[in-house]
Parts: sequence; C-alpha cells; structure tokens
Amino acid sequence: MSFSWIAALRFLREGRLQTVLIVGGVAVGVAVMVFLSALIDGLQVSLIKQTLGSQAHIVIRAPDDAARPLIDRSQQTLTSLVEQPAQRLRTIANWPKVMATARGVPGVLAVSPTVSGAGFASRGSADKAVVLRGVDPESYSAIIPVDQKLQSGRFELGGNQTVVGTELASALGVAVGDKVRLSNAQGESELFDITGVFDLQNKEINQRWVFVSLRSAQTLLNLAGDVSAVELTVVKIFDAEKIAVEVGQRSGLVADSWMKLNGQLLIALQSQSSSSNMIQFFVILAVALGIASVLFVSVVQKSREIGILKAMGAQTNDVLKVFIIQGLLVGLVGSLFGVLLGAGMSEFFASLARNADGTPRFPIDVTAALVVRSTLIAAVTGVLAAYAPARRAARLDPAEVIRYG
Amino acid sequence: MVEPVLRLQGVTRDYGSSVVTRVLKGIDLEIHPGEFTALTGPSGSGKSTLLNLMGLLDRPTSGQVIVDGQDTGQFGDKQLATFRGRTVGFVFQFHHLIPAFTARENVYMPLLLDRGRVDREMLTRADELLASVGLSDRGGNRATDLSGGQQQRVALARALALQPKLVLADEPTGNLDTESADQVFDLLRQINQRERTAFIVVTHDPRLADRCDRIIRIVDGSIASDQTSAPAGPCRACGYGPCLRGSCMLSTDIPRAAKPAA
Repeated sequence: MSFSWIAALRFLREGRLQTVLIVGGVAVGVAVMVFLSALIDGLQVSLIKQTLGSQAHIVIRAPDDAARPLIDRSQQTLTSLVEQPAQRLRTIANWPKVMATARGVPGVLAVSPTVSGAGFASRGSADKAVVLRGVDPESYSAIIPVDQKLQSGRFELGGNQTVVGTELASALGVAVGDKVRLSNAQGESELFDITGVFDLQNKEINQRWVFVSLRSAQTLLNLAGDVSAVELTVVKIFDAEKIAVEVGQRSGLVADSWMKLNGQLLIALQSQSSSSNMIQFFVILAVALGIASVLFVSVVQKSREIGILKAMGAQTNDVLKVFIIQGLLVGLVGSLFGVLLGAGMSEFFASLARNADGTPRFPIDVTAALVVRSTLIAAVTGVLAAYAPARRAARLDPAEVIRYG
Repeated sequence: MVEPVLRLQGVTRDYGSSVVTRVLKGIDLEIHPGEFTALTGPSGSGKSTLLNLMGLLDRPTSGQVIVDGQDTGQFGDKQLATFRGRTVGFVFQFHHLIPAFTARENVYMPLLLDRGRVDREMLTRADELLASVGLSDRGGNRATDLSGGQQQRVALARALALQPKLVLADEPTGNLDTESADQVFDLLRQINQRERTAFIVVTHDPRLADRCDRIIRIVDGSIASDQTSAPAGPCRACGYGPCLRGSCMLSTDIPRAAKPAA
C-alpha cells in the first residue's frame, strides 16, 4: 500500500468521531437521493403506464379539413370572418401502405389499424352512447394489451362479436355470453355477442369503448374498407414525438404522439423531475460542504504532523492525495450506507402506499443504475469537496508549522 | 581534506516584506562527516532559522546551502523534498511522532515516502532501528502510548531510517527529565560514532553542549564563537584516544558531569 493510502486510512481511523459523523452525513444525503429518485421514477413510470395503458404511443390520422377563404388577406381594410368547416369523418383509404411505411421507421415496435366512430349500445330499454372501436385483436393487443386487461371472457372479435368495458357491462346489465345491440348515429343497428369484458383502469374508457371487428365497424360507420387511424407503439416511449414527426413526413398524414396529446402530463412529469433534481443538487451541495469542513478541521488539527511528514520527504502531491483519498473513502463508504438506508426507506414507503388489495400503489424500485449513479456522485463529491482542504494541507510550509504549530 | 557534509556560504535570511528583519546575517559554516556539533545561543538569535536552512526546510534569502556536495539552491521543490528525505534526518523537541501511526510505522515512514510502497525489507529495517535504540518490543505500540524518552528514541530511529549524512536535532532533550535526557543524548553520541553521521544539536543545556565535539554559538544572527573541543590527546578514560569527549568507547568509567541528586 502506498503512503497516501496508509496515511489517509490512519487519519480517518484516528479521527473516529469526525469520520463517523461525516460518513453519516454522506449516508443521509445519499439515502435522500436514492429514495427521492426511486420515488419519483416509480411515480412517473406508474403515471405513464396508466396513461399509455389506454392510449397508443402514436396515432396516424388524416389531416383535418381546413377553410380556404378566397380573400386576399393583405388588404387589411377588410374584416373577414373565416368559418371553420364542420369535420366529417376523415379516413385513410390506403392504410395497408401507410402501415408498411410506419413499420419502416426505426424505433416503431407495432402497428395496428383502427376504425372509430360514435354509436349507441342498447339492451332492452337501456341506451348508452359509446365509441365504436373496430380493431384487429391480434395486432391491436400490441398497441393496448386488452387481452391482458380482461376481467372475463376472451379478446375475440370474429363476425358479430364484441368486447365491452366493465362500466358499460354493468350499466347494461350484461356479461360474457349475452347479446347487445350496437347502432350508428343514423339508427342502423346490429346484434352482437359479448365475448369479453375489459377493465383498462380508466372509468371513461370502461364506460365508452366497445371493441368490434374492423369489418363490423366499417359496416356500421359506412367506411367501406377505409380505417380512421393507424396506431403505433414505439420501443422508447420518450422517442415518440421524434418518431411521430418522421412518420408524418413519410406518410404525408398527421401523426400525433402521446407526448403531444398529453402535454400537461409531460409538463407535470418534467417539473417533478426538475424539482427532484434540484432537491438532490442541494443535498449533494450540503454533503460536499460537510465533507470539506470536516477535512478542513482535520488539516488544521494535523498541520504539525503534515509538516513533519513533509520534512521527512513527503511530496506536495503525496499530501494532496492523503486528503483526496479521505474524501473519496468518506464518499464511497457513506454511499454504501446511504444506498442501504435509501432502499430501506423506499421499501417502507412502498409498504405504506398500497391499494385496497395490498398491491403497491406504484413501484419504488432501487435499480442497479440508481445505486451506481448515487455511488459515483457521492465519490466524485467527496473528491471535489476534499480538494480545497487537501490543497491547504499540501501547501503547508514545514518550517513554519513545526516551529509555530 | 574530506568533503564537508554541509557548507553554508554567506547565508542570509530575511523575514517580513514591509519591515524587513534580517534574522541571519551572512553565515559561513562547514560541517564535516562524523562531527557532533552543538548549536547554542539565546532565544531569538536565529538558531531555529539556521537549523531550518541547514535542514532544507527553508531557503536562504541569499547565499548557498551546499549539502553533500550539492548546491541545493538549484533544486526544485519536488527534488528538494526527495533530497531532504534522503540526506537529512530530523529530531524535534515536541510533537515528535505521528500519533495515528505505530512506533514501527513512524520509523519506516521516511523509507515509505522515498520508495512509494511498503515492502518486507522496510519492516526489517524498522525493527533493526528500533532495536538499535533499545525499543525492539515497542514496535506495535501507538506512538502516543510511549513515554517521552521512548518517543524521542523512536524519533531518532526514524531520523536514521534512510541513513542520512546529517541529523538535525532541535532541543532533542528539551522536555525530558534528566535521566531520559542523558539516555537520549548517549544514544545520539553512540550512533554518531558508529555510523559517522554528522549531528547538529540545538541545545540550551550547557552540560550537554559541553559533551559535543564542537560548539557554535549564534548571537544576533551571526556566529559569535565556534570552538572545537574534542581532546587532542589520548582519552582520559581509556588512555587510548582519541575518544570523543564525554563518551569513551572502551571504558565504562567515563568522567561525566555529576548528576544532580535525585
């Protein structure tokens, strides 16, 4: 072992109480970091999961109709009122080609066509306004895993079969095996067999959505082979906007990402992250100041010894290293305890925030990446914080400190 | 003539920037291998400043400090630190040892600083040195668990770790009781004669100064007197001589200054 390591270890051992206190300080700081990160990450993952549990990452649709007034706008003396046209149901006719285009964009995981429009579901005297969603169950399951969210039955949409939400099923008093009448806005209707009841953890959707086969929806909504949208999932959800832009450009249609459609959520997530980062930054700053002040005190206490070591041939760099190593060790050992403490806190918090059925309300995972990151930050903080005291020690003039102490 | 181990030529040292105080006013001095020199003088006379310059802990304002034939004014700080570690050993009056280390670690610290890492030979050498100062059983003790005299002996062993040509001792017996002081002084003497190491000992104690080969007296930053007091003739104790005054190598019947009654 080299001189600097031996001296650093001995000095830490000698100032036992100081060492314990500062390691404790680092541990608390790291614990806050770990806990806060795990909490915020868990919260965000759960929020995003909830949002994307009933939403495609990207939706490709036909552009809206736009009014094109035949007035020269440069003549500013005129007052013009441009009335927006009512939007008819726009469709994508060449959707197999659009799907092929979308599949070709890097980062796209799955593609599925959907038809949707307004309709009614009725049984006996009960009448409910619904959204008719014509999908291909196999490809659609890759967009929204309805097959995994079934309360009963199967996600099967052959012929005149339908899958409805839990809220709708109870409102109509139906279950798997029962029949329900679905009609369009014009009143044309057909009778469907309920093959499954889903619960997408969203009351609105559980009330409104009625899945039928692509062909049934096309018939009911008079779309004759067209679809109203092509829905996509992507590999990395935060790349969705970038991919949406590219898909839009390649297909010549409008592609909206979940990020654009959930601007509020995204802003909320971002401000959550930045406030958490800010708290962490100040915690690290406090830890750094703590390490620096303890080491400064140690330099002052040991200035004679440092002087004697220098008289015996210790180089400026040797002395510098002695204190840098102390900072590093304090950071590393502190983060070790801090990670354990933070994991414990996360575990405890997760045990408090539970659903009625005992499952955690959201996951608080202390991941390996988080542990590595916290340890690195603590170690770097230790080294940086030790730098100023270490320089002070390294600069001590042996002749002066030995004589005057 | 043997090359002196230390030569000072016209060495001055000023302190202060606005009000300049000249603490040393042109010192010329040669110390030869194996010489045992006492440095005396009233406090404030510049002894410690001179000692720091001789020990390469400080640089002169003007003049040359030539140690072991090397003009140290040419050295950079890093080179000077290494050279100092190898050539000069120090024994201080107070705060002798590093309390965080054991006696053995204190002794091999200069070796460690010189070589970079601990090896087996270093440990052996430390044990030998401890044995030579009569503390072979105390190697594992923390420095603070030793008595004052023992600490000073460990400090001496440490000063000798790299077999320096010159050992500087600043009042090495200053805060020891008479018995321990005598022990430590005898030890310095023994090592001086066995290893031919030059010693420069700052002391206020005329009794100890009297037992040195040479007494240099500093007053007001200049050498006031420089007496060589080694007996020219045969030793009074053994008759063979020239034993150095105060410690005959052969006879146990050494004429000494009478110890004060306990």
